[in-house]
Amino acid sequence: MLVKALTGSKKYWGWTIFLLVLIATGFACYLWQLQKGLTITGMSRDVSWGLYISQFTFLVGVAASAVMVVLPYYLHNVKAFGRITILGEFLAIAALIMCLLFVIVDVGKPMRILNMIFYPTPNSMFFWDMIALNGYLLLNIIAGWHALEAEYKAVPPPAWTKILVYISIPWAVSIHTVTAFLYAGLPGRHYWLTAIMAARFLASAFASGPALLIILSYIIKRVSKFDPGREAIQKLAAIVTYATIISVFFVGLEFFTAFYSQVPAHGLDTLKYLFAGLDGHGKLVPWMWTFAILAVLALVLLINPRTRTRDTYLQAACVAVFVSMWIEKGIGLVIGGFIPNPFERVTEYVPTLPETLIALGVWATGFLILTFLYKIAIAVKEETV
Amino acid sequence: METSRRNFLKAGGACLLGLTIWPAVKGFAGNSTEYITSSKALTGEKWGLVIDMKKCWPKYQEGCRECFLACQRAHNIPDVTNKEEEIKWIWTEPYENAFPEQEHEYIAASIKGKPFIVLCNHCENPPCVRVCPTKATFKRRDGIVMMDYHRCIGCRYCMAACPYGARSFNFSDPRPFIKEVNPEFPTREKGVVEKCNFCAERIDTGLPPACVEACPAGALVFGDLDDPNSEVRKILASRYTIQRKPELGTHPCIYYLV
Repeated sequence: MLVKALTGSKKYWGWTIFLLVLIATGFACYLWQLQKGLTITGMSRDVSWGLYISQFTFLVGVAASAVMVVLPYYLHNVKAFGRITILGEFLAIAALIMCLLFVIVDVGKPMRILNMIFYPTPNSMFFWDMIALNGYLLLNIIAGWHALEAEYKAVPPPAWTKILVYISIPWAVSIHTVTAFLYAGLPGRHYWLTAIMAARFLASAFASGPALLIILSYIIKRVSKFDPGREAIQKLAAIVTYATIISVFFVGLEFFTAFYSQVPAHGLDTLKYLFAGLDGHGKLVPWMWTFAILAVLALVLLINPRTRTRDTYLQAACVAVFVSMWIEKGIGLVIGGFIPNPFERVTEYVPTLPETLIALGVWATGFLILTFLYKIAIAVKEETV
Repeated sequence: METSRRNFLKAGGACLLGLTIWPAVKGFAGNSTEYITSSKALTGEKWGLVIDMKKCWPKYQEGCRECFLACQRAHNIPDVTNKEEEIKWIWTEPYENAFPEQEHEYIAASIKGKPFIVLCNHCENPPCVRVCPTKATFKRRDGIVMMDYHRCIGCRYCMAACPYGARSFNFSDPRPFIKEVNPEFPTREKGVVEKCNFCAERIDTGLPPACVEACPAGALVFGDLDDPNSEVRKILASRYTIQRKPELGTHPCIYYLV
């Protein structure tokens, strides 16, 4: 089946080469980072995690695309999702590989990363996140690949892969929970120290993952002969709608606790920094208001059935959901947690150019993997149609 | 002996298995890993420090920085010029920044804005140790929170976890920034985290921490918090002391007289 990724139109190769150029640029910057150290990034002793870890955090959410098609299909017999479970699983694979790459580019000593296995430390949430993410990656690779192979050969998938699919459903919940626990258990980081962190992660994941899947489904429909199906897209749209509502509601809960209690230790200062600026610093304010506006816009388009069922509006809504969740989780949450610092001072963070190019390179790697996987899946589906 | 492909693969597999279980064999059947300490080593159950800022300030105003310099000399701390990438083991912060939750509008002028010496608190319940994914940050039996610079992968989870801002990351190679290398103590590489080690290397040879020894005002008192007859315990029993952020449940071992 792999060979199917090696034949394609001019556009396909153009896109591949574009991604390869981004990867090469990012890789060159990464070599420079290896040489010079993380000093080439915008991170500091106060904001010690930046773009890399925030992208990692956001992409763990995108991996939820898989469970949101697998769960309805296998547990609720939603037939419409049968055609696209593979798309959800392959998107999860690409997202998880990006997650792992973002961790590798973030650590100061990447050549020592296996110390996490040589000296396993179960009291560290990183240890559990490593198990959760790699396990989910493996489950999706095995289950997805076997399902596609069975489709290719026009036979039912082996029975044991179904067990893996069932395991993958609670496992998906674990990846968001454990990633949220990375943040939610730290004393002194007020913005992160909230019991609804894992719930927020699940909600935003179930919004952003399926939203991207909808956008990708429309692209696939345009560039190939395979149609993911209107019913599947509309069902995903309903999931995105609920998840976005819950996500925005959870952000509102944080606001209420902080601003009504007026207790600084409930993230009050960080929320002020993010949405209004603190002590004259407010580089993230325009971003956070973009998040707020896009989230409201997405909700208006999604809740109204007349716009949700129209392709163009739904596409716009999904882009709005994806971008707004990216800002909220991929920028505001991680960077905001470090501001103010333990001495109640504001040190701002802006990623540098090489740092941004490395991050783009990782995204391009993920999209290249996604392109190849989707190319194979679609080629198989086009043959069986 | 004939070597068939099957036999070759079997032998190869056995070798691979042996290699994988070797660490476990070493773990269960290896020699005792108990390290040998010098007979001169100071022994304590829970090292702590009481800092008397009133004794410090007169000298501090005259420009005394003996404790910082002694620490810097002892531990090869680089003098990184970029404020955002500074390596700090012991330094001062104004009262409002060191004790943000105890600050108020009408605080006495004798305290407001005054510098307080800050360093790693060697918490009894250290969040940095809890989060470290490789045990590169660990707690010694005498309570010192220590780092293994050779095991640290530079993930900086400990920096996110420390509520005292006591940890620094080597964003670049620190060696060009070291003024005078002390061959007795390791220098660090780029990409690892570091912090105050309470002079574990001195304690193990019978000496008090360098900052304590260097202070001309006797403002830093070092001792065993578990020993009721120690000097630190006597001060704690007789005078009102405060800790940084005690509400976080970390149980800091650094106390301040105000």
